[in-house]
Amino acid sequence: MQPTKEAPHAHADAHHHEDPGFWRGYVFSTDHKVIGIQYGVTALFFLLFGFGLMLLMRWQIAKPGVPVPVLGPLMAKVLGDAASGGSISPDLYNAFGAMHGTIMVFLAIVPLVFAAFGNFVVPLQIGAVDMAFPRVNMASYQFYVLGGVIMLVSFFIPGGAAQAGWTSYSPLATVIPTDGQTFWLIGMVCLINSSLLGAVNFIATIIQLRAPGMTWMRLPFFVWSQFVTAFLLLLAFPPLEAAGVMQLMDKVAGTSFFLPTGLVVSAKVAEISGGGSPLLWQHLFWFLGHPEVYVLILPAFGIVGEIIACNTRRPLWGYKSLVYSVLAIGFLSFIVWAHHMYLTGMGTKISTFFQTTTMIISIPSVIILTCLFLSLWGGSIRFNTPMLFSLAFLPMFGIGGLTGLPLGFNYPDIYLHDSYYVIAHFHYVVAPGTIFALFAAIYFWFPKMTGRHMNETLGKVHFWLSLIGMNLVFQPMFVQGMSGMSRRMSDGGAAAYSLATNPGAEGALSGTMIWLNTFIAHSAFFLLLAQVPFIINFFWSLNSGRKVTSDNPWGATTLEWQTPTPPPHGNFVDAHGHINAPTAVRGPYEYSVPGHPADFTPQNQPEPVKA
Amino acid sequence: MDIPYTVKPREDTGLFNAKVGIWLFLASEVMLFGGLFSSYILLRVGAEDGSWPHGWLNVPLGTANTIVLIVSSVTVVMAWASLKMNQFSKFKLYQGLTVLCALIFLVIKTFEYNDKFTHYAVLQKDGSYVDGHLVTKKMNAAGTVLESITLHGMQTKDINQIVDPHKHRKEKHEHKEFTIAGTNIVRFADVAKVGQRIAFRPVPSMKDAAGNTLMIGNRAPRYNTYTAIYFTLTGLHALHVLGGAIVIGFLWGPGAAMWRTEPERFTNRVEVSGLFWHFVDLVWIFLFPVLYLL
Repeated sequence: MQPTKEAPHAHADAHHHEDPGFWRGYVFSTDHKVIGIQYGVTALFFLLFGFGLMLLMRWQIAKPGVPVPVLGPLMAKVLGDAASGGSISPDLYNAFGAMHGTIMVFLAIVPLVFAAFGNFVVPLQIGAVDMAFPRVNMASYQFYVLGGVIMLVSFFIPGGAAQAGWTSYSPLATVIPTDGQTFWLIGMVCLINSSLLGAVNFIATIIQLRAPGMTWMRLPFFVWSQFVTAFLLLLAFPPLEAAGVMQLMDKVAGTSFFLPTGLVVSAKVAEISGGGSPLLWQHLFWFLGHPEVYVLILPAFGIVGEIIACNTRRPLWGYKSLVYSVLAIGFLSFIVWAHHMYLTGMGTKISTFFQTTTMIISIPSVIILTCLFLSLWGGSIRFNTPMLFSLAFLPMFGIGGLTGLPLGFNYPDIYLHDSYYVIAHFHYVVAPGTIFALFAAIYFWFPKMTGRHMNETLGKVHFWLSLIGMNLVFQPMFVQGMSGMSRRMSDGGAAAYSLATNPGAEGALSGTMIWLNTFIAHSAFFLLLAQVPFIINFFWSLNSGRKVTSDNPWGATTLEWQTPTPPPHGNFVDAHGHINAPTAVRGPYEYSVPGHPADFTPQNQPEPVKA
Repeated sequence: MDIPYTVKPREDTGLFNAKVGIWLFLASEVMLFGGLFSSYILLRVGAEDGSWPHGWLNVPLGTANTIVLIVSSVTVVMAWASLKMNQFSKFKLYQGLTVLCALIFLVIKTFEYNDKFTHYAVLQKDGSYVDGHLVTKKMNAAGTVLESITLHGMQTKDINQIVDPHKHRKEKHEHKEFTIAGTNIVRFADVAKVGQRIAFRPVPSMKDAAGNTLMIGNRAPRYNTYTAIYFTLTGLHALHVLGGAIVIGFLWGPGAAMWRTEPERFTNRVEVSGLFWHFVDLVWIFLFPVLYLL
């Protein structure tokens, strides 16, 4: 372990490693750390872009038909009729809605939480020199970029981007007269291939390249969570690819896989052969869609587990329970998908089955959250920025999880389905849940990636403002949903369903509910402002942040902190530039072990030196 | 920098990296084709009675293709075994035979596909169908209006004889050329009026003078759900055959240079590509009975 990040190994690198140059070093790199950072930066861009789409939608909901300030003229110029006069037409609103979901899930969160941090951290934590298939890893990133570009281009084609929601239900998705859906499908095939290559690589790496002594029960919890996530991506995505191919055939080759007999479009019998099944699409979509939810959340559990153990200076409470719970979730997540489909009339027996499995899967989720809470007990907690985000993750994810229970029972779901309640529920899981875990991970591993700390003060400002902003945005949606406000309406229901336009109507939306649309729009803008300290902090710290004085600035036990900072190509390189793979001799969380000289004992530290 | 276990197996797993990788990849492929096979089951179970075609595919050709693939899965193993026994020239022979089998398979498939794309059905105004292969068609000078279409096949009033030729194979029909004037063909919008249900999707390019789509369909994927799933499944499988042929062909040709420098790694490559090839064969072993026989 090098005491400082400065010169010796940098010098040795020059001797033992060829300088790959700009293109091989930064663009077509096969180094897992560079690819991880490429994924991270690209996905952060998409995260901001997806957030921007949402802000435009919230503007339209709060002030239907009013031209968008600042961006309006530009949108009118670039997007044409869909944004004529700078205001957002219902079609454009639908396109933004579909693309917000798609971009956030497939281009922002999953690439960040799985591909970016998984790529950077997993090989380091298991003591590997790189991924098992470095060139496959590069191809995975290239497929991802290609998919992203196709999605972005689709905004500018005639007719605009896909408009049938991120779920792309047929026949709606097939009959909307835009090629955006075709772009969406081709983009999705690229993204699915990307995640397939990534998943194969992650699993093979974890099975094959664990350092000597790194047994399965010595793997850090983060590695376990990524391992299970990779299996979910490997096995759940292909059926969606199959569905995507079939919808593409419907769109391009004129087949009727998802188009029923007698389909009427615009008051005319569609010229199709019929005989297809709209329900089939939903089954195939949600067969991916539900495991995808766990793809979003399991790595977040892993991140929070690592940070909590390090910042409470205690071992994770119930490591084995955590591991078995993650495995149980991974398995169960394949048999809960149809709880998204209670309203399709698929039959009460099938609903009962999926309702039962849905309740069962909440058990391991609760075990994980409980273990993480119990880990705090009696710890000497350090309230730094990564820890604050991790601590906030626990109750925020708790809200998201508990509000999911009424949706898992088919009876209340019939009332709540497709309302703003659902939006609030899953955003609590993903936004102040997974995204907070992501922020925690960025603040936590930034010193290892760059050799510099991010600014703590700006970090804390970012945290508190984000925490407030997230709750101001999503809490009102529970209220709106329970009062019956349906999602996917471009004016938030003001024109057709408000009490103002339907005086005295039973169940119409009251003035308060419509006013909440404006409130949420303000809150969302506040949330955007809350990200400004983060963006400043991120770029400023790259060059001007406080330098790390140790390779292990947090005093952590896992192996990624036992490399030089930032880790060179080959990771575990000694002062002479030779690769010196570590040997794990103990479990991942030996914090505050009585009798040890320090309050942390790294996994590769052989015998504790007597104080 | 070298990645460990690229050539030699790791002791505790007994596998080299690429072998783990290919098995994981194949697991994912099982889910891909599994999704499509499940869709096949759901679509077939959900089809209206008497609307799922039967006996449309050429069983002798399908059987021939099955045999070709089974032979190739023998040769692909022999190629790997030859390397293990250090017989490089035998490897070249068997590897070449595998590629040849792949190409024969694709050529036969092309003939089968072509047969479907030239097989038409026309619904005439007297309520009868003409079903047969395209001989010629006449469009007007602008190429927008269909004047007449000539098919070589049979005429019947019973749609079931077209949907299930296997069941009606004992009924004799006169096979000859029929020339049908465009004006004698039912418009899509009037299908219900002649007492027929929409049995297939018409080709949009064949219209009458008023721009109405006429009930002329060829057995392309659009024709009905059966041809749709048939083309999707076999098309995706054919892409796998093509991909496998390219990889195996590469290892037979330029890729074989590695045998001189790193024989063990090269043998591993051949083994991994062989595992993929077996999977491709296995998919066909399911496809053949499901699409041709059931």
